[in-house]
Amino acid sequence: MSARPLSRGLLSAAPSKHLRSVVPRVAASHSTLVGPNSSPSKDDRSSSEPVTHFGFQTVKESLKSTRVAGVFSSVASSYDTMNDVMSFGIHRLWKDHFVRSLNPGRRPGGQPMSILDVAGGTGDIAFRMLDHSEKVNGDRETTVLCTDINADMLREGEKRAIQNGYDSNRISFRVENAETLESIPDNSVDLYTISFGIRNVTRIPMALRAARRVLKPGGVFACLEFSKVSPAPLDAIYQQYSFSIIPLMGQLVAGDRDSYQYLVESIKRFPPQSEFARMIKDAGLVNVGKGYKELTFGIASIWKGVKPLE
Amino acid sequence: MNSLVLRPVIRRTGLARDLPKVAFTSQFVPFTSLSRPPPNYEGHVPLTIPERGFLAVGSAVMSLLSPRRADLIAALGEATATPYFIYRLRDAMLLSPTGRRILKDRPRINSTTMSMGKLRELPDGTVGKEYVAWLDKEGVSPDTRSQVRYIDDPECAYVMQRYRECHDFYHALTGLPIMVEGEVALKAFEFANTLIPMTGLSMFAVARLKPKERRRILTTYFPWAIRNGLQAKEVMNIYWEEELETDVKELRKRIGLEKPPE
Repeated sequence: MSARPLSRGLLSAAPSKHLRSVVPRVAASHSTLVGPNSSPSKDDRSSSEPVTHFGFQTVKESLKSTRVAGVFSSVASSYDTMNDVMSFGIHRLWKDHFVRSLNPGRRPGGQPMSILDVAGGTGDIAFRMLDHSEKVNGDRETTVLCTDINADMLREGEKRAIQNGYDSNRISFRVENAETLESIPDNSVDLYTISFGIRNVTRIPMALRAARRVLKPGGVFACLEFSKVSPAPLDAIYQQYSFSIIPLMGQLVAGDRDSYQYLVESIKRFPPQSEFARMIKDAGLVNVGKGYKELTFGIASIWKGVKPLE
Repeated sequence: MNSLVLRPVIRRTGLARDLPKVAFTSQFVPFTSLSRPPPNYEGHVPLTIPERGFLAVGSAVMSLLSPRRADLIAALGEATATPYFIYRLRDAMLLSPTGRRILKDRPRINSTTMSMGKLRELPDGTVGKEYVAWLDKEGVSPDTRSQVRYIDDPECAYVMQRYRECHDFYHALTGLPIMVEGEVALKAFEFANTLIPMTGLSMFAVARLKPKERRRILTTYFPWAIRNGLQAKEVMNIYWEEELETDVKELRKRIGLEKPPE
Protein backbone atom coordinates (compact mmCIF):
# COMPACT_ATOMS: atom_id res chain seq x y z
CA MET A 1 0.00 0.00 0.00
CA SER A 2 1.28 3.40 -0.82
CA ALA A 3 3.03 4.88 2.11
CA ARG A 4 3.85 8.26 0.71
CA PRO A 5 3.70 10.81 3.45
CA LEU A 6 0.59 12.84 3.85
CA SER A 7 0.20 16.41 3.39
CA ARG A 8 0.14 19.05 6.02
CA GLY A 9 -2.86 21.12 6.76
CA LEU A 10 -4.09 23.89 4.59
CA LEU A 11 -3.69 26.49 7.26
CA SER A 12 0.02 26.60 6.96
CA ALA A 13 1.60 29.53 5.26
CA ALA A 14 3.81 29.69 2.28
CA PRO A 15 3.25 29.08 -1.31
CA SER A 16 5.55 27.22 -3.57
CA LYS A 17 5.29 26.91 -7.34
CA HIS A 18 1.72 26.81 -8.46
CA LEU A 19 1.48 23.56 -10.38
CA ARG A 20 -1.33 24.28 -12.78
CA SER A 21 -0.96 20.86 -14.29
CA VAL A 22 -2.38 19.42 -11.12
CA VAL A 23 -5.60 21.37 -11.19
CA PRO A 24 -7.17 19.70 -14.24
CA ARG A 25 -6.51 16.34 -12.64
CA VAL A 26 -8.29 17.42 -9.49
CA ALA A 27 -11.04 19.02 -11.53
CA ALA A 28 -11.53 15.87 -13.56
CA SER A 29 -11.74 13.82 -10.45
CA HIS A 30 -14.31 16.16 -9.03
CA SER A 31 -16.43 15.77 -12.10
CA THR A 32 -17.56 12.47 -10.67
CA LEU A 33 -18.40 14.14 -7.40
CA VAL A 34 -21.31 12.50 -5.72
CA GLY A 35 -23.28 14.19 -2.98
CA PRO A 36 -22.42 13.84 0.65
CA ASN A 37 -25.23 11.38 1.21
CA SER A 38 -24.36 8.93 -1.48
CA SER A 39 -22.72 5.62 -0.86
CA PRO A 40 -19.50 4.38 -2.44
CA SER A 41 -19.81 3.42 -6.07
CA LYS A 42 -20.21 -0.20 -7.06
CA ASP A 43 -16.86 -0.15 -8.85
CA ASP A 44 -14.92 0.55 -5.68
CA ARG A 45 -16.70 -2.18 -3.84
CA SER A 46 -16.16 -4.77 -6.52
CA SER A 47 -12.38 -4.48 -6.41
CA SER A 48 -10.79 -6.02 -3.41
CA GLU A 49 -8.72 -2.97 -2.51
CA PRO A 50 -9.97 -1.06 0.51
CA VAL A 51 -11.41 2.35 -0.11
CA THR A 52 -11.37 5.53 1.83
CA HIS A 53 -12.70 9.02 1.45
CA PHE A 54 -11.17 11.94 -0.40
CA GLY A 55 -13.39 14.76 0.70
CA PHE A 56 -16.79 13.39 -0.26
CA GLN A 57 -15.43 11.13 -2.94
CA THR A 58 -14.58 7.53 -2.40
CA VAL A 59 -11.18 6.47 -3.60
CA LYS A 60 -8.84 3.54 -3.33
CA GLU A 61 -6.67 3.90 -0.27
CA SER A 62 -3.48 3.65 -2.28
CA LEU A 63 -4.47 6.62 -4.40
CA LYS A 64 -5.54 8.96 -1.65
CA SER A 65 -2.10 10.16 -0.64
CA THR A 66 -1.19 10.94 -4.24
CA ARG A 67 -4.37 12.93 -4.64
CA VAL A 68 -3.77 14.76 -1.37
CA ALA A 69 -0.24 15.62 -2.49
CA GLY A 70 -1.71 16.93 -5.71
CA VAL A 71 -4.17 19.14 -3.89
CA PHE A 72 -1.42 20.76 -1.87
CA SER A 73 0.87 21.35 -4.81
CA SER A 74 -1.85 23.36 -6.40
CA VAL A 75 -2.86 25.34 -3.34
CA ALA A 76 0.64 26.07 -2.09
CA SER A 77 1.20 29.17 -4.14
CA SER A 78 -1.78 31.07 -2.76
CA TYR A 79 -1.67 29.55 0.71
CA ASP A 80 -0.81 32.59 2.69
CA THR A 81 -3.52 34.72 1.16
CA MET A 82 -6.16 32.04 1.29
CA ASN A 83 -5.47 31.16 4.91
CA ASP A 84 -5.93 34.74 5.94
CA VAL A 85 -8.97 35.21 3.77
CA MET A 86 -10.71 32.04 4.95
CA SER A 87 -10.09 32.43 8.64
CA PHE A 88 -10.00 36.23 8.70
CA GLY A 89 -6.48 35.98 10.01
CA ILE A 90 -7.53 33.95 13.03
CA HIS A 91 -5.36 31.01 12.00
CA ARG A 92 -2.39 33.06 13.21
CA LEU A 93 -3.95 33.35 16.65
CA TRP A 94 -4.66 29.63 16.76
CA LYS A 95 -1.10 28.76 15.88
CA ASP A 96 0.36 31.27 18.33
CA HIS A 97 -1.85 29.87 21.09
CA PHE A 98 -0.97 26.30 20.12
CA VAL A 99 2.75 26.94 20.42
CA ARG A 100 2.47 29.01 23.56
CA SER A 101 0.43 26.37 25.32
CA LEU A 102 3.07 23.77 24.53
CA ASN A 103 5.87 25.99 25.80
CA PRO A 104 8.68 24.42 23.78
CA GLY A 105 12.23 24.87 24.88
CA ARG A 106 14.48 23.84 27.70
CA ARG A 107 13.07 24.03 31.18
CA PRO A 108 15.37 25.53 33.83
CA GLY A 109 17.88 22.82 34.66
CA GLY A 110 16.60 20.65 31.82
CA GLN A 111 17.68 19.49 28.39
CA PRO A 112 16.94 21.11 25.02
CA MET A 113 14.00 19.49 23.25
CA SER A 114 13.85 17.56 20.05
CA ILE A 115 10.63 18.53 18.31
CA LEU A 116 9.01 16.77 15.38
CA ASP A 117 6.51 18.80 13.35
CA VAL A 118 4.62 16.45 11.05
CA ALA A 119 2.84 17.72 7.95
CA GLY A 120 4.75 20.87 8.72
CA GLY A 121 5.61 21.72 5.14
CA THR A 122 6.13 25.42 5.04
CA GLY A 123 7.35 25.75 8.59
CA ASP A 124 4.58 27.77 10.20
CA ILE A 125 4.65 25.89 13.48
CA ALA A 126 8.34 25.04 13.32
CA PHE A 127 9.40 28.68 13.18
CA ARG A 128 7.04 29.57 16.00
CA MET A 129 8.55 26.77 18.09
CA LEU A 130 12.06 28.02 17.53
CA ASP A 131 11.10 31.61 18.28
CA HIS A 132 9.33 30.62 21.48
CA SER A 133 12.21 28.44 22.66
CA GLU A 134 14.66 31.21 22.08
CA LYS A 135 12.72 34.19 23.32
CA VAL A 136 10.78 32.71 26.20
CA ASN A 137 13.08 29.96 27.37
CA GLY A 138 16.40 31.33 26.20
CA ASP A 139 17.05 28.08 24.37
CA ARG A 140 18.85 28.05 21.03
CA GLU A 141 19.57 24.37 21.10
CA THR A 142 16.10 22.95 20.78
CA THR A 143 15.79 21.40 17.31
CA VAL A 144 12.80 21.03 15.05
CA LEU A 145 12.49 18.42 12.34
CA CYS A 146 9.84 19.52 9.89
CA THR A 147 8.34 16.71 7.77
CA ASP A 148 5.72 16.66 5.05
CA ILE A 149 4.45 14.50 2.23
CA ASN A 150 4.84 17.31 -0.24
CA ALA A 151 8.35 18.25 -1.33
CA ASP A 152 7.19 21.59 -2.75
CA MET A 153 5.94 22.72 0.63
CA LEU A 154 9.18 21.65 2.27
CA ARG A 155 11.20 23.54 -0.31
CA GLU A 156 9.18 26.63 0.47
CA GLY A 157 9.84 26.03 4.16
CA GLU A 158 13.56 25.76 3.54
CA LYS A 159 13.49 28.98 1.59
CA ARG A 160 11.75 30.76 4.43
CA ALA A 161 14.13 29.32 6.99
CA ILE A 162 17.04 30.78 5.07
CA GLN A 163 15.27 34.08 4.48
CA ASN A 164 14.51 34.49 8.14
CA GLY A 165 17.94 33.45 9.27
CA TYR A 166 17.16 30.24 11.08
CA ASP A 167 20.23 28.12 11.74
CA SER A 168 20.25 24.92 9.74
CA ASN A 169 21.27 22.94 12.81
CA ARG A 170 18.12 24.10 14.59
CA ILE A 171 15.67 23.27 11.85
CA SER A 172 15.68 20.62 9.15
CA PHE A 173 13.19 19.53 6.52
CA ARG A 174 12.50 16.02 5.36
CA VAL A 175 9.93 14.22 3.24
CA GLU A 176 8.20 11.71 5.46
CA ASN A 177 5.09 9.60 5.67
CA ALA A 178 3.01 10.48 8.73
CA GLU A 179 1.76 6.91 8.87
CA THR A 180 5.19 5.36 9.21
CA LEU A 181 7.81 8.05 9.96
CA GLU A 182 10.32 5.59 8.57
CA SER A 183 13.50 7.49 9.13
CA ILE A 184 12.70 8.56 12.70
CA PRO A 185 13.96 6.24 15.42
CA ASP A 186 11.80 5.03 18.32
CA ASN A 187 11.67 7.01 21.51
CA SER A 188 13.54 9.96 20.07
CA VAL A 189 11.14 12.89 20.08
CA ASP A 190 10.15 15.08 23.02
CA LEU A 191 7.31 16.85 21.30
CA TYR A 192 5.31 15.69 18.28
CA THR A 193 3.08 18.30 16.67
CA ILE A 194 0.75 18.10 13.71
CA SER A 195 -1.09 21.24 12.71
CA PHE A 196 -3.96 21.09 10.23
CA GLY A 197 -2.50 17.96 8.71
CA ILE A 198 -3.97 14.91 10.36
CA ARG A 199 -7.33 15.14 8.66
CA ASN A 200 -5.55 14.42 5.36
CA VAL A 201 -3.88 11.25 6.61
CA THR A 202 -5.34 8.16 4.96
CA ARG A 203 -5.14 5.96 8.03
CA ILE A 204 -5.23 8.17 11.07
CA PRO A 205 -4.82 5.35 13.63
CA MET A 206 -1.56 4.40 11.91
CA ALA A 207 -0.29 7.94 12.20
CA LEU A 208 -1.22 8.03 15.87
CA ARG A 209 0.61 4.77 16.47
CA ALA A 210 3.65 6.12 14.61
CA ALA A 211 3.51 9.19 16.86
CA ARG A 212 3.50 6.96 19.89
CA ARG A 213 6.45 4.99 18.56
CA VAL A 214 8.72 7.96 17.96
CA LEU A 215 7.84 9.81 21.16
CA LYS A 216 10.02 9.38 24.20
CA PRO A 217 8.24 8.09 27.28
CA GLY A 218 6.68 11.19 28.78
CA GLY A 219 6.80 12.91 25.41
CA VAL A 220 3.85 15.00 24.29
CA PHE A 221 1.66 14.52 21.23
CA ALA A 222 -0.14 17.72 20.20
CA CYS A 223 -2.58 18.15 17.36
CA LEU A 224 -4.19 21.33 16.08
CA GLU A 225 -7.05 20.58 13.71
CA PHE A 226 -10.46 21.66 12.59
CA SER A 227 -13.28 20.27 14.69
CA LYS A 228 -17.03 20.38 15.09
CA VAL A 229 -18.67 23.67 15.94
CA SER A 230 -21.29 23.93 18.64
CA PRO A 231 -23.95 25.22 19.29
CA ALA A 232 -26.01 24.05 16.33
CA PRO A 233 -27.18 27.43 14.99
CA LEU A 234 -23.59 28.58 14.84
CA ASP A 235 -22.67 25.34 13.12
CA ALA A 236 -25.33 25.96 10.49
CA ILE A 237 -23.80 29.33 9.68
CA TYR A 238 -20.33 27.77 9.67
CA GLN A 239 -21.36 25.00 7.27
CA GLN A 240 -22.98 27.48 4.96
CA TYR A 241 -19.84 29.59 5.00
CA SER A 242 -17.61 26.59 4.43
CA PHE A 243 -19.43 25.15 1.48
CA SER A 244 -20.46 28.41 -0.12
CA ILE A 245 -17.88 31.09 0.49
CA ILE A 246 -14.67 29.12 0.81
CA PRO A 247 -14.76 27.35 -2.57
CA LEU A 248 -15.79 30.65 -4.18
CA MET A 249 -12.90 32.45 -2.51
CA GLY A 250 -10.69 29.62 -3.67
CA GLN A 251 -11.79 30.38 -7.21
CA LEU A 252 -11.35 34.12 -6.82
CA VAL A 253 -8.08 34.24 -4.90
CA ALA A 254 -6.31 31.04 -5.86
CA GLY A 255 -8.02 30.21 -9.16
CA ASP A 256 -8.71 26.75 -7.81
CA ARG A 257 -12.19 25.90 -6.63
CA ASP A 258 -11.68 22.15 -6.46
CA SER A 259 -8.84 22.11 -3.96
CA TYR A 260 -10.80 24.23 -1.54
CA GLN A 261 -13.91 22.15 -2.08
CA TYR A 262 -11.81 19.15 -1.11
CA LEU A 263 -10.57 20.96 1.96
CA VAL A 264 -13.98 21.87 3.35
CA GLU A 265 -15.18 18.34 2.66
CA SER A 266 -12.20 16.92 4.51
CA ILE A 267 -12.99 19.17 7.46
CA LYS A 268 -16.54 17.87 7.52
CA ARG A 269 -15.33 14.28 7.36
CA PHE A 270 -12.96 14.58 10.28
CA PRO A 271 -14.30 12.90 13.45
CA PRO A 272 -15.72 15.00 16.29
CA GLN A 273 -13.51 16.17 19.14
CA SER A 274 -14.36 13.44 21.63
CA GLU A 275 -14.04 10.68 19.06
CA PHE A 276 -10.63 11.83 17.97
CA ALA A 277 -9.58 12.02 21.63
CA ARG A 278 -10.70 8.41 21.96
CA MET A 279 -8.63 7.49 18.89
CA ILE A 280 -5.61 9.09 20.54
CA LYS A 281 -6.25 7.02 23.64
CA ASP A 282 -6.64 3.86 21.56
CA ALA A 283 -3.23 4.46 20.03
CA GLY A 284 -1.67 4.15 23.43
CA LEU A 285 -1.30 7.79 24.40
CA VAL A 286 -2.73 9.14 27.63
CA ASN A 287 -5.30 11.89 27.21
CA VAL A 288 -4.63 15.16 28.99
CA GLY A 289 -7.89 15.99 30.77
CA LYS A 290 -10.78 15.23 28.45
CA GLY A 291 -8.23 15.15 25.65
CA TYR A 292 -8.91 18.37 23.82
CA LYS A 293 -9.52 22.09 24.14
CA GLU A 294 -11.74 23.94 21.71
CA LEU A 295 -10.82 27.20 20.05
CA THR A 296 -13.17 29.75 18.52
CA PHE A 297 -16.41 27.89 19.24
CA GLY A 298 -14.94 24.60 18.10
CA ILE A 299 -13.87 25.67 14.65
CA ALA A 300 -10.44 24.38 15.65
CA SER A 301 -9.31 22.30 18.59
CA ILE A 302 -6.07 21.30 20.26
CA TRP A 303 -5.72 17.67 21.29
CA LYS A 304 -2.90 16.61 23.59
CA GLY A 305 -1.68 13.19 24.55
CA VAL A 306 1.25 11.93 26.55
CA LYS A 307 3.23 8.76 25.92
CA PRO A 308 3.12 6.82 29.16
CA LEU A 309 6.32 6.12 31.04
CA GLU A 310 7.06 2.40 30.87
CA MET B 1 -32.94 15.10 -1.05
CA ASN B 2 -31.45 16.27 -4.27
CA SER B 3 -33.31 19.11 -5.90
CA LEU B 4 -33.84 19.73 -9.57
CA VAL B 5 -31.64 22.20 -11.28
CA LEU B 6 -32.84 25.07 -13.38
CA ARG B 7 -34.58 23.65 -16.43
CA PRO B 8 -35.50 26.43 -18.79
CA VAL B 9 -38.25 25.83 -21.28
CA ILE B 10 -37.82 28.06 -24.28
CA ARG B 11 -40.81 29.39 -26.14
CA ARG B 12 -40.02 31.37 -29.17
CA THR B 13 -42.63 33.96 -30.04
CA GLY B 14 -42.92 34.21 -33.79
CA LEU B 15 -40.17 34.87 -36.30
CA ALA B 16 -37.32 36.93 -35.06
CA ARG B 17 -35.23 39.24 -37.16
CA ASP B 18 -32.33 40.88 -35.41
CA LEU B 19 -32.87 39.84 -31.84
CA PRO B 20 -34.81 36.63 -31.35
CA LYS B 21 -37.60 37.25 -28.90
CA VAL B 22 -37.22 34.74 -26.17
CA ALA B 23 -39.55 34.01 -23.37
CA PHE B 24 -38.82 31.23 -21.03
CA THR B 25 -40.33 29.72 -17.99
CA SER B 26 -38.16 27.69 -15.76
CA GLN B 27 -38.79 24.93 -13.31
CA PHE B 28 -36.50 26.13 -10.65
CA VAL B 29 -36.42 24.21 -7.40
CA PRO B 30 -34.23 26.04 -4.95
CA PHE B 31 -31.29 24.22 -3.46
CA THR B 32 -28.68 25.14 -0.88
CA SER B 33 -24.93 24.97 -1.08
CA LEU B 34 -25.05 22.08 1.39
CA SER B 35 -27.26 19.95 -0.83
CA ARG B 36 -26.26 20.69 -4.35
CA PRO B 37 -27.97 18.74 -7.10
CA PRO B 38 -25.83 16.35 -9.12
CA PRO B 39 -23.80 17.92 -11.91
CA ASN B 40 -25.31 18.11 -15.41
CA TYR B 41 -21.99 17.63 -17.13
CA GLU B 42 -18.38 17.03 -16.25
CA GLY B 43 -17.04 19.79 -14.07
CA HIS B 44 -20.45 21.38 -13.54
CA VAL B 45 -20.92 23.17 -10.23
CA PRO B 46 -24.51 24.26 -9.59
CA LEU B 47 -24.41 27.60 -7.84
CA THR B 48 -27.13 29.18 -5.76
CA ILE B 49 -28.21 32.68 -6.69
CA PRO B 50 -26.30 34.42 -3.89
CA GLU B 51 -23.21 32.42 -4.82
CA ARG B 52 -23.60 33.42 -8.42
CA GLY B 53 -23.89 37.06 -7.40
CA PHE B 54 -20.85 36.77 -5.17
CA LEU B 55 -18.86 35.15 -7.95
CA ALA B 56 -19.95 37.81 -10.43
CA VAL B 57 -19.01 40.73 -8.20
CA GLY B 58 -15.83 39.13 -6.91
CA SER B 59 -14.53 38.10 -10.32
CA ALA B 60 -15.44 41.49 -11.79
CA VAL B 61 -13.48 43.33 -9.10
CA MET B 62 -10.54 40.98 -9.11
CA SER B 63 -10.17 40.73 -12.86
CA LEU B 64 -10.12 44.52 -13.02
CA LEU B 65 -7.37 44.52 -10.41
CA SER B 66 -5.35 41.72 -11.99
CA PRO B 67 -6.26 41.35 -15.66
CA ARG B 68 -3.94 38.39 -16.12
CA ARG B 69 -6.41 36.16 -14.34
CA ALA B 70 -8.10 34.77 -17.41
CA ASP B 71 -9.93 32.25 -15.26
CA LEU B 72 -11.69 35.08 -13.44
CA ILE B 73 -12.82 36.69 -16.67
CA ALA B 74 -14.15 33.29 -17.68
CA ALA B 75 -15.94 32.92 -14.35
CA LEU B 76 -17.40 36.40 -14.73
CA GLY B 77 -18.70 35.45 -18.13
CA GLU B 78 -20.39 32.35 -16.77
CA ALA B 79 -21.80 34.01 -13.68
CA THR B 80 -23.41 36.83 -15.66
CA ALA B 81 -24.60 34.78 -18.62
CA THR B 82 -27.83 33.73 -16.93
CA PRO B 83 -30.62 34.65 -16.91
CA TYR B 84 -31.54 35.52 -20.46
CA PHE B 85 -28.26 36.28 -22.28
CA ILE B 86 -26.89 32.82 -22.90
CA TYR B 87 -30.37 31.55 -23.75
CA ARG B 88 -30.75 34.36 -26.27
CA LEU B 89 -27.43 33.42 -27.82
CA ARG B 90 -28.32 29.76 -27.97
CA ASP B 91 -31.60 30.64 -29.63
CA ALA B 92 -29.78 32.82 -32.15
CA MET B 93 -27.74 29.76 -33.01
CA LEU B 94 -30.85 27.63 -33.29
CA LEU B 95 -32.29 30.08 -35.81
CA SER B 96 -29.51 29.45 -38.32
CA PRO B 97 -28.91 26.13 -40.08
CA THR B 98 -25.16 26.33 -39.47
CA GLY B 99 -25.76 27.24 -35.88
CA ARG B 100 -28.03 24.23 -35.50
CA ARG B 101 -25.34 22.01 -36.95
CA ILE B 102 -22.78 23.40 -34.53
CA LEU B 103 -25.09 22.71 -31.63
CA LYS B 104 -25.67 19.19 -32.87
CA ASP B 105 -22.02 18.34 -33.57
CA ARG B 106 -20.62 20.31 -30.62
CA PRO B 107 -17.13 20.61 -32.13
CA ARG B 108 -14.33 21.56 -29.76
CA ILE B 109 -11.27 23.62 -30.59
CA ASN B 110 -8.07 22.43 -28.97
CA SER B 111 -4.65 21.33 -30.09
CA THR B 112 -5.93 17.83 -30.89
CA THR B 113 -8.85 18.89 -33.04
CA MET B 114 -6.98 21.75 -34.73
CA SER B 115 -3.71 20.65 -36.18
CA MET B 116 -1.43 23.67 -35.80
CA GLY B 117 1.07 22.26 -38.26
CA LYS B 118 -1.50 21.85 -41.02
CA LEU B 119 -2.86 25.33 -40.39
CA ARG B 120 0.56 26.87 -40.73
CA GLU B 121 0.90 25.36 -44.18
CA LEU B 122 -2.22 27.08 -45.47
CA PRO B 123 -1.76 30.03 -47.83
CA ASP B 124 -1.64 33.52 -46.37
CA GLY B 125 -4.94 35.28 -46.20
CA THR B 126 -6.94 32.20 -45.30
CA VAL B 127 -8.83 32.02 -42.05
CA GLY B 128 -6.77 29.12 -40.75
CA LYS B 129 -3.47 30.81 -41.52
CA GLU B 130 -4.51 34.08 -39.88
CA TYR B 131 -5.73 32.16 -36.84
CA VAL B 132 -2.53 30.21 -36.33
CA ALA B 133 -0.44 33.34 -37.03
CA TRP B 134 -2.35 35.13 -34.27
CA LEU B 135 -1.79 32.28 -31.83
CA ASP B 136 1.90 32.16 -32.65
CA LYS B 137 2.28 35.90 -32.24
CA GLU B 138 0.64 35.76 -28.84
CA GLY B 139 2.51 32.61 -27.93
CA VAL B 140 -0.61 30.78 -26.80
CA SER B 141 -2.14 27.46 -27.71
CA PRO B 142 -5.84 26.73 -28.08
CA ASP B 143 -5.67 24.64 -24.93
CA THR B 144 -5.45 27.58 -22.58
CA ARG B 145 -9.20 28.15 -22.36
CA SER B 146 -10.78 27.04 -19.10
CA GLN B 147 -13.77 24.73 -18.97
CA VAL B 148 -17.22 26.11 -18.39
CA ARG B 149 -18.47 25.13 -14.93
CA TYR B 150 -21.11 27.51 -13.68
CA ILE B 151 -23.77 27.35 -16.38
CA ASP B 152 -26.47 24.85 -15.56
CA ASP B 153 -27.91 23.93 -18.95
CA PRO B 154 -25.46 21.65 -20.78
CA GLU B 155 -26.27 23.08 -24.21
CA CYS B 156 -25.79 26.64 -23.01
CA ALA B 157 -22.59 25.56 -21.30
CA TYR B 158 -21.43 24.34 -24.69
CA VAL B 159 -22.42 27.66 -26.26
CA MET B 160 -20.27 29.50 -23.75
CA GLN B 161 -17.41 27.07 -24.28
CA ARG B 162 -17.71 27.54 -28.04
CA TYR B 163 -17.62 31.31 -27.63
CA ARG B 164 -14.49 31.03 -25.52
CA GLU B 165 -12.75 28.74 -27.96
CA CYS B 166 -13.69 30.82 -31.00
CA HIS B 167 -12.41 34.06 -29.55
CA ASP B 168 -9.09 33.68 -31.28
CA PHE B 169 -10.89 33.19 -34.58
CA TYR B 170 -12.61 36.51 -34.05
CA HIS B 171 -9.20 38.14 -33.94
CA ALA B 172 -8.45 36.63 -37.32
CA LEU B 173 -11.83 37.64 -38.68
CA THR B 174 -11.91 41.25 -37.56
CA GLY B 175 -8.23 41.93 -38.09
CA LEU B 176 -8.05 44.11 -35.01
CA PRO B 177 -4.47 44.68 -33.91
CA ILE B 178 -2.66 42.77 -31.23
CA MET B 179 -2.26 45.71 -28.91
CA VAL B 180 -4.40 45.87 -25.81
CA GLU B 181 -6.70 48.37 -27.54
CA GLY B 182 -7.35 45.76 -30.18
CA GLU B 183 -8.29 43.26 -27.51
CA VAL B 184 -10.71 45.62 -25.81
CA ALA B 185 -12.17 46.69 -29.14
CA LEU B 186 -12.75 43.05 -29.99
CA LYS B 187 -14.68 42.71 -26.76
CA ALA B 188 -16.83 45.66 -27.85
CA PHE B 189 -17.43 43.90 -31.16
CA GLU B 190 -18.36 40.70 -29.37
CA PHE B 191 -20.74 42.54 -27.09
CA ALA B 192 -22.50 44.19 -29.99
CA ASN B 193 -22.71 40.86 -31.79
CA THR B 194 -23.30 38.24 -29.10
CA LEU B 195 -24.63 40.32 -26.17
CA ILE B 196 -22.63 38.30 -23.66
CA PRO B 197 -22.58 40.55 -20.57
CA MET B 198 -18.96 39.86 -19.70
CA THR B 199 -17.83 41.33 -22.99
CA GLY B 200 -19.73 44.48 -22.16
CA LEU B 201 -18.32 44.59 -18.65
CA SER B 202 -14.84 44.28 -20.12
CA MET B 203 -15.32 47.82 -21.39
CA PHE B 204 -14.35 48.96 -17.93
CA ALA B 205 -10.88 47.86 -18.89
CA VAL B 206 -10.49 51.12 -20.77
CA ALA B 207 -9.90 52.68 -17.40
CA ARG B 208 -6.63 50.80 -17.25
CA LEU B 209 -5.37 52.10 -20.57
CA LYS B 210 -2.92 54.90 -21.03
CA PRO B 211 -4.50 58.15 -22.28
CA LYS B 212 -3.06 57.81 -25.78
CA GLU B 213 -4.33 54.24 -26.09
CA ARG B 214 -7.68 55.29 -24.70
CA ARG B 215 -8.05 58.07 -27.22
CA ARG B 216 -7.13 55.74 -30.03
CA ILE B 217 -9.58 53.12 -28.96
CA LEU B 218 -12.44 55.54 -28.45
CA THR B 219 -11.98 57.36 -31.73
CA THR B 220 -10.90 54.60 -34.09
CA TYR B 221 -11.58 51.10 -32.89
CA PHE B 222 -14.72 51.34 -30.78
CA PRO B 223 -16.93 52.95 -33.40
CA TRP B 224 -15.81 50.40 -35.98
CA ALA B 225 -16.26 47.52 -33.55
CA ILE B 226 -19.73 48.46 -32.40
CA ARG B 227 -21.00 49.38 -35.82
CA ASN B 228 -19.76 46.15 -37.29
CA GLY B 229 -20.85 44.05 -34.37
CA LEU B 230 -24.39 45.25 -34.79
CA GLN B 231 -24.62 45.00 -38.55
CA ALA B 232 -22.75 41.73 -39.04
CA LYS B 233 -24.34 38.33 -38.86
CA GLU B 234 -23.95 36.28 -35.69
CA VAL B 235 -20.32 35.22 -35.56
CA MET B 236 -21.27 32.35 -33.29
CA ASN B 237 -22.92 30.74 -36.30
CA ILE B 238 -19.70 30.42 -38.25
CA TYR B 239 -18.59 26.82 -38.48
CA TRP B 240 -14.89 27.61 -38.20
CA GLU B 241 -13.77 24.08 -38.80
CA GLU B 242 -15.28 24.33 -42.29
CA GLU B 243 -13.96 27.82 -42.99
CA LEU B 244 -10.28 27.19 -42.39
CA GLU B 245 -9.35 27.43 -46.05
CA THR B 246 -11.72 30.27 -46.87
CA ASP B 247 -10.20 33.60 -47.75
CA VAL B 248 -10.61 36.00 -44.86
CA LYS B 249 -11.81 38.86 -47.05
CA GLU B 250 -14.47 36.63 -48.60
CA LEU B 251 -15.66 35.54 -45.17
CA ARG B 252 -15.80 39.14 -44.02
CA LYS B 253 -17.98 40.00 -47.01
CA ARG B 254 -20.26 37.06 -46.25
CA ILE B 255 -20.64 38.09 -42.63
CA GLY B 256 -21.04 41.77 -43.44
CA LEU B 257 -17.86 43.17 -41.95
CA GLU B 258 -16.06 46.24 -43.19
CA LYS B 259 -12.34 46.42 -43.67
CA PRO B 260 -10.57 46.56 -40.31
CA PRO B 261 -9.47 50.01 -39.18
CA GLU B 262 -5.83 51.01 -39.44
